[in-house]
Amino acid sequence: MRHQIRGHAHSPTLLLAAGLSFGLPLMAAGGAQAEEPAPVKIGFVTFLTGPAAAPFGIPDHNAAEILVEALNAGTVPAPYHQVGLGGARIDPKFIDETGSAADVVTQFRNLVERDHVDVVVGYVSSGNCLAIAPVAEELKELTVLDICGTTRVFEEKPRHYVFRVNPHATMDNVAAAKYVQNKFKDITVYSGINQNYAWGQDSWRDFRLTMKDLDPKATVDKELFPKLFAGEYGAEISTLLTSDAQFIHSSFYDGDLEAFMYQAAARGLPQRIPFVLTAGETSLYRLGPKLADGAIIGARGPHSFFAHDSALNTWFQKVYFDRFHEQPVYPSYDFAQSLFGLKTAWEKAQAKKGGSRPTTEEVIAAFEGISFPTPSTTVQMALGNGHQGISDMAIGTYKFNKAQNKPEIVDIVRYPAECVNPPVGVDSIAWLEGGMKGAKCD
Amino acid sequence: MLTAFAIVTDGLVYAAYLFLVAVGLTLIFGVMKLLNVTHGSFYAFGAYGAAIAVGVYFDRGFPAAGGFLLMVLVAMAIGLVLGLIIERGLLRLVYGKDEVVVVLVTYAAFLILEDVIQLIWGANSYALYQPLGATGTVDVGALVLSGYDIGLVAFAGLLAVAASFALKHTRWGRLLTVVIFDREIAAAFGINVSLVYTITFVIGAMLGALGGAAMAPKIAVTLGIGVEVIVLAFAVVAIGGMGSVEGAFLGALIVGECRAAAVHLVPQIELFVIYAVMALVLVLRPQGLFTRAQPRKI
Amino acid sequence: MALRSIVLGTLVFLLVAAMAPTLPVWLVSLATIALANALVVLGLIILWRAGLVPFGQALFYAVGAYSVALMTRYTGLRDVLVLIAVAAALSCLTAFLAGFLLARYREIFFAMLSLAMSMILYGVLVKTEALGSTDGFGVEQPTYLGYAPQGRMHLLMLFWLVLAFCAGSALLVSLYFRSVAGALAVPVRDSEIRLEFLGISVSRLIHLNLVIAGTLAGIGGALAALSIEHVDPNMAYWTTSGGFVFVTVLAGAGSVAAAFVGSLVFELLKSIAYDILPGTWQIFLGSALLLTILFLPEGIGSLFARLRRRRQRQSMSATP
Repeated sequence: MRHQIRGHAHSPTLLLAAGLSFGLPLMAAGGAQAEEPAPVKIGFVTFLTGPAAAPFGIPDHNAAEILVEALNAGTVPAPYHQVGLGGARIDPKFIDETGSAADVVTQFRNLVERDHVDVVVGYVSSGNCLAIAPVAEELKELTVLDICGTTRVFEEKPRHYVFRVNPHATMDNVAAAKYVQNKFKDITVYSGINQNYAWGQDSWRDFRLTMKDLDPKATVDKELFPKLFAGEYGAEISTLLTSDAQFIHSSFYDGDLEAFMYQAAARGLPQRIPFVLTAGETSLYRLGPKLADGAIIGARGPHSFFAHDSALNTWFQKVYFDRFHEQPVYPSYDFAQSLFGLKTAWEKAQAKKGGSRPTTEEVIAAFEGISFPTPSTTVQMALGNGHQGISDMAIGTYKFNKAQNKPEIVDIVRYPAECVNPPVGVDSIAWLEGGMKGAKCD
Repeated sequence: MLTAFAIVTDGLVYAAYLFLVAVGLTLIFGVMKLLNVTHGSFYAFGAYGAAIAVGVYFDRGFPAAGGFLLMVLVAMAIGLVLGLIIERGLLRLVYGKDEVVVVLVTYAAFLILEDVIQLIWGANSYALYQPLGATGTVDVGALVLSGYDIGLVAFAGLLAVAASFALKHTRWGRLLTVVIFDREIAAAFGINVSLVYTITFVIGAMLGALGGAAMAPKIAVTLGIGVEVIVLAFAVVAIGGMGSVEGAFLGALIVGECRAAAVHLVPQIELFVIYAVMALVLVLRPQGLFTRAQPRKI
Repeated sequence: MALRSIVLGTLVFLLVAAMAPTLPVWLVSLATIALANALVVLGLIILWRAGLVPFGQALFYAVGAYSVALMTRYTGLRDVLVLIAVAAALSCLTAFLAGFLLARYREIFFAMLSLAMSMILYGVLVKTEALGSTDGFGVEQPTYLGYAPQGRMHLLMLFWLVLAFCAGSALLVSLYFRSVAGALAVPVRDSEIRLEFLGISVSRLIHLNLVIAGTLAGIGGALAALSIEHVDPNMAYWTTSGGFVFVTVLAGAGSVAAAFVGSLVFELLKSIAYDILPGTWQIFLGSALLLTILFLPEGIGSLFARLRRRRQRQSMSATP
């Protein structure tokens, strides 16, 4: 095994690994080596400050902390029991995603060219993902995009060095629309309130297109687009109170969602008209009884409440709760999926090489098109020439368990991956506009 | 018909929000000619302080009326402490310098305080929803009005009247007004301008914190809430005129009603409304609605 | 002496250009963005000397950036000089039109009105879903008179291009400051009425300054777009304008060189802050700004001015 020297003076983990490499026997499976392999440096980029920290950045970062620790100690259940990535410990470097596109790109270049990280994992904001992808291609750096949902990453251009394990945002609203069709009979009119930026605009567009496919006679009454982080929604609530909708679609999350719900609940809106909250899961623990029963909730994937039962999920929830005293929400699951996908590809490439450390190209070749288990479900790298993952989706209805004082999701409906994701080779918007041809829903 | 009524009430609620946020800023600007970016931090600290202190109070089950009083007291205490620290500790050092430099000092203080908030309270959001529930609702046909919103409008109105009265009919208020008009003449008449500055800044800080505390029950108190209000406050102050409480009130009303109308009738332009109103007012009456045009001095 | 500083400046630029291939790649990209932003700061220095500080330079910055981006997306134009020329022309036009309104205002109203204008552009861009709304869209790589560089050469070519633009702007602005129109900026700040009594149209002067600053900001935006290879509406947001004002105060209004040094220092400070203080970099930047204001109130540029004065004193005392 080649012993590479890394020059990152700041990291205590590296010093520890260097020290240990002279003393401890190797724990990794795969032969009798006397030295510990050089660590894999991974740059983790997420929102550590600012308003996006609470809903995304902190759950993301927390998951990164415990998973890197557990992987380096080899305590993750099968099939991820090997230490780090293929026996090489992970040396993490955390970077804040806050700042302009120029700042984010500069920090990415710093990670790759100054700090020489082997892989970059992260990015919550779709705008940042779109800005980073071409730079990753230019610098030939293996990059796993984490939470951002835009379909444009792989649909605008094919990528070689960029992967995204987490399914993109199309399935959130396709599944929500299907669920709504079953839940409410005879839908004639609905409204929507989404944040006035790409995420809100795209979510609403996807939902409307799907509704048009499934139920052409349903019409839209009000489509509201308050500013992101507006905070004060009095006028919007009044508009919705005096409108005709049978339900209200919203892709609000965390801070805005909570503010909106407090103000709306104080005026009786959720009791009158049910809400469809496609990204609502992050706020359930904080809203608790303040969110009216009957709200339809999505978690951008079969995460947390929707996760399939598995030893991996039980373990993940336990270690997360033990450390942070709260349940992991979907951004934490998203991170777990990204890291486990990378690990699967890395170890597959390494096994193919007979146990020696794989190069970036070899990991890429191994990553394309694979399928692997995650705490929530199974992900398959099916779209974007094998670079974009898909998974099944689940939507449910909210119910606050007063006896046990905790939120619950009931009436969960699952949708197979190929039912709510576009087929290979078809762009999402074209797929939705064309009646979702090719969807396999049995 | 109901829509028209809704527009009026929504506009009033938003105007109350804007006024509470802007009134402290306009005073500081009028007296000290200082565009105080730290105002956003006062707002945020007031919100956090209220969310935590008042949240604990309501959780213990004490009577609601005391809770509201506590909100005001907490805000004023925070404003006092922060205001003194910033004014005595920081602004004192840069008073003689170029206006832009002083603004940048407040901007630097704002940046620092943003991270201080995260260090003290972490990145999670806090909720102070109890006051919202405690004030009930009022039904007008299909429209439901929140008692808390009505209270906010009343509170803003009272504050405007009190501030206006204080400026015109109390000794300190009149001293402040003189300094707003002309600092040099005020100093020439023996007014301790430096003390007036400190008191104004502290009052402005208290009002900013009060704005944050008053809004805390409606929003999710989280990182970054200070940033959004800065531009809103500036816009209202620019419209109403620097140093004019009536101007801030009227400016808030205009923007509030225009925005409410936009949301109900033409939602596409909601994002632009405040800037369009500001641009329009500045074009028609460059010094703001309520300030007298300053004669140019040779 | 004027000639001496021109020669010195040229030598510095040539030296940096020559060193570029030996510098670490990440430093070159960082410097490219810093120098592109420095052009905006240069424009702000021009306006600050006249006593005006706009909080809406992001308007022209965004116009320049989006011009380049739209051209590479919807047309086949790739030649970098054509792209920059069109971007400069468009931002010049925007500044010319905006100037009719802006030139009538001063102080805080000037700042707020320019902020309002940039925020209106921001609103328009956010609402334009065809341009990706807040996600923005990518900018294709340009060609240099037919030459399409690959890999590392692309970064170097862009760096040299930005360096050339900075050198050119520095020279032109220095000459402008020494011209009558430029020298009149200071009296505009001190006492407009006296200038008008002398028969000089102050608003025309300010309009001119606005156009120059706006054009510089547009060129800066175009170069930044080419460097980041991405544009988004945030480039028109008021915090972007605030960032430029931040650097301007850091640099000080005293000298042209300060714009470049100040911008580089700021980008480096930011990079260091992100690197070693990922959760508290705002405290770091805020403190750095405070310290600069308190101990170097005239900005970094004042260091150059002090050096110059000391040299003058030495040369004066050297005469027998």
